[in-house]
Amino acid sequence: MTFEYAPAPESRNVVALKNSYGLFINGEFTDGSGVFKTVNPADEEVLAEVAEAGAADVDRAVSAARTAFEQVWGPMPGRERGKYLFRIARILQERAREFAVLESLDNGKPIRETRDIDLPLVAAHFFYYAGWADKLSYAGLGAARPLGVAGQVIPWNFPLLMLAWKIAPALATGNTVVLKPAETTPLSALLFAEVCQQAELPPGVVNIVTGAGETGRALVAHPGIDKVAFTGSTDVGREIAKAVAGSSKRLTLELGGKAANIVFDDAPVDQAVEGIVDGIFFNQGHVCCAGSRLLVQESVADEVLAALRRRMATLRVGDPLDKNTDVGAINSSAQLTKIQELAAAGEEEGAERWSPPCELPDRGYWFVPTLFTGVSQAHRIAREEIFGPVLSVLTFRTPAEAVEKANNTPYGLSAGIWTEKGSRILWMAEKLRAGVVWANTFNQFDPASPFGGYKESGYGREGGRHGLEAYVR
Amino acid sequence: MSRLTVRKTYKLYIGGAFPRSESGRTFPVTDSEGAFVANVARASRKDVRDAVVAASKASAGWAARTGYNRGQILYRAAEMLEARRSEFGADVDAAIDRWVFYAGWADKYAQVVGATNPVSGPYLNLSTPEPTGVVGVFAPTGSPLLGLVSVVAPVITTGNTCVVVATDPVAAITLAEVLATSDLPGGVVNVLTGDAAELGSWLAAHEEVRGIDLTGASPEQAAEWEGLAAGTLKRVRRPDPAEDWAADPALSRLTTFTETKTVWHPVGI
Repeated sequence: MTFEYAPAPESRNVVALKNSYGLFINGEFTDGSGVFKTVNPADEEVLAEVAEAGAADVDRAVSAARTAFEQVWGPMPGRERGKYLFRIARILQERAREFAVLESLDNGKPIRETRDIDLPLVAAHFFYYAGWADKLSYAGLGAARPLGVAGQVIPWNFPLLMLAWKIAPALATGNTVVLKPAETTPLSALLFAEVCQQAELPPGVVNIVTGAGETGRALVAHPGIDKVAFTGSTDVGREIAKAVAGSSKRLTLELGGKAANIVFDDAPVDQAVEGIVDGIFFNQGHVCCAGSRLLVQESVADEVLAALRRRMATLRVGDPLDKNTDVGAINSSAQLTKIQELAAAGEEEGAERWSPPCELPDRGYWFVPTLFTGVSQAHRIAREEIFGPVLSVLTFRTPAEAVEKANNTPYGLSAGIWTEKGSRILWMAEKLRAGVVWANTFNQFDPASPFGGYKESGYGREGGRHGLEAYVR
Repeated sequence: MSRLTVRKTYKLYIGGAFPRSESGRTFPVTDSEGAFVANVARASRKDVRDAVVAASKASAGWAARTGYNRGQILYRAAEMLEARRSEFGADVDAAIDRWVFYAGWADKYAQVVGATNPVSGPYLNLSTPEPTGVVGVFAPTGSPLLGLVSVVAPVITTGNTCVVVATDPVAAITLAEVLATSDLPGGVVNVLTGDAAELGSWLAAHEEVRGIDLTGASPEQAAEWEGLAAGTLKRVRRPDPAEDWAADPALSRLTTFTETKTVWHPVGI
């Protein structure tokens, strides 16, 4: 039996898109050194022109942040700083729908996710760290003095949420920031700049410089910053760690992953399948902590995979603004090419490819949810981060083998365990070398919960009391 | 006729054994008056690798010990050091006390830096610190024993294993003999003597080394080795020239080489 769904599009009218957007420096929108276009990945239409920040613009932004740090934000009592962050949290709640639609337009992710996950988490993150601003001396972090100016570079997969993860703890601890959003998703950060204006945040406390890799490099290398916080690929993370070496800049990195989602023979199959689907198809698989390697115990592999295929066939891929959509558009043509290449490598190396029958829109960047079985640990699709809706399935016989395979990766960001046996959960959780372990759940996030990786997934934690540590001395 | 002293041979300390450098190289060490003390092993690149292999092998077992057990073993190291205090210099008492200090931390730091996190949903959410793995340590100059203990003890308190490039070979190898007789499993601490400038880049770039403590590195060495460490995204502790070994240690000595693991589980019936 198939269900027919009538289209249920969310209205775009809630967002007033401008033709062009400037950089946000010292509380005002200004021109940059060039312009670039940002497109809707669901239909390839240009959404707006955005200013590109050159080295001189980055320099202006860092100066503004320095002045704001020294004259206003640094000396301000924590309770006053906190109230600004509470204001920002409230305004984000008030304008949540507008942000959700804009984020779906610019990123391609389904409105169901931006509305129900991204935006509530964004507001909650500011609300959480707002409350820390006047309690830093109670946090067990010593004097907890601010570092100064933080240079922050964020990715395109959760544009506004990553902004919140970066800006909220930095501001709560008395730092000022220069933030560079990803070049394919600059719009929600620029709308956030308006929120800063509405909150009457002092000029220069938050500066947004848009642009691509060159802008990021100029920011990271700028001698006027005291701290670099980066979320993105492991390769760029390495480059940044090298650039920062020998300086006094502090560094935190949240990088790639290749998480194992481990299903034991006693796991409730339906729940596990929901967790597997959420683990890899949430946000089109553009998730650093995605459960991209399914390790399923051999004795139940057939049963779990049959249920998984049935469930995948019900995923609705298409218009991100349709409220029924489960899987939206791939963020960019470059990312789509990368996913296509890795999926092709999976076939060439001998893994078996399967996707449910699925109609894709004619325009835009799309990739159908895909399953690979017969995957060996040596295959590229078992080793490299695909960052797309592609699941590689491996099997295991014993818990020890599951641990061995799960940890057989240079990454260590997250892992999943599905079993009814409590002692086995705790044993597995102890053995897995990953910063976040989800047991009988997956892809849960919360402002109070520290997030970050082991090994080449980076260092430092975001969220919770631990998240303050990256911004104080 | 006076009795002729039996001299000690100073070798490396790798995997619980005292091998010579595979390179066969040594260098002479003299005391403060310039009198010959010993021909000390000058470690090579291959010795760095052997030491990392030993530290890697010891890693899982040491990390799996309970904090209480690690604390007992660290305390035993303090006992052994106390017994041989006459072999060390003026800073030996402070060094013994530092072992005792960290022995007590082994079953407590997780309570100080771990947490039950109040997430807004029906989940139990726990954060605990876990060891990073194999840590390369450049011991400080100017504090032969206290400085060495102050950088090694916190790293192993939290369950890491380490490869230490020592600056004062006599104090370092004598300390290694203390450790070898203190129930510390072989490979948890490995001591290399020789020229840090020659060994540093190999240790900093080694893939199985997960963190490096650059305390004893010069500013130029620290910059170069931090750059090499970036290749595998090692955790790095930069040198702090103002660090006072007599002062109470910073908590970050314990936390720099730990990883926070957060475990979620649903709550329900």
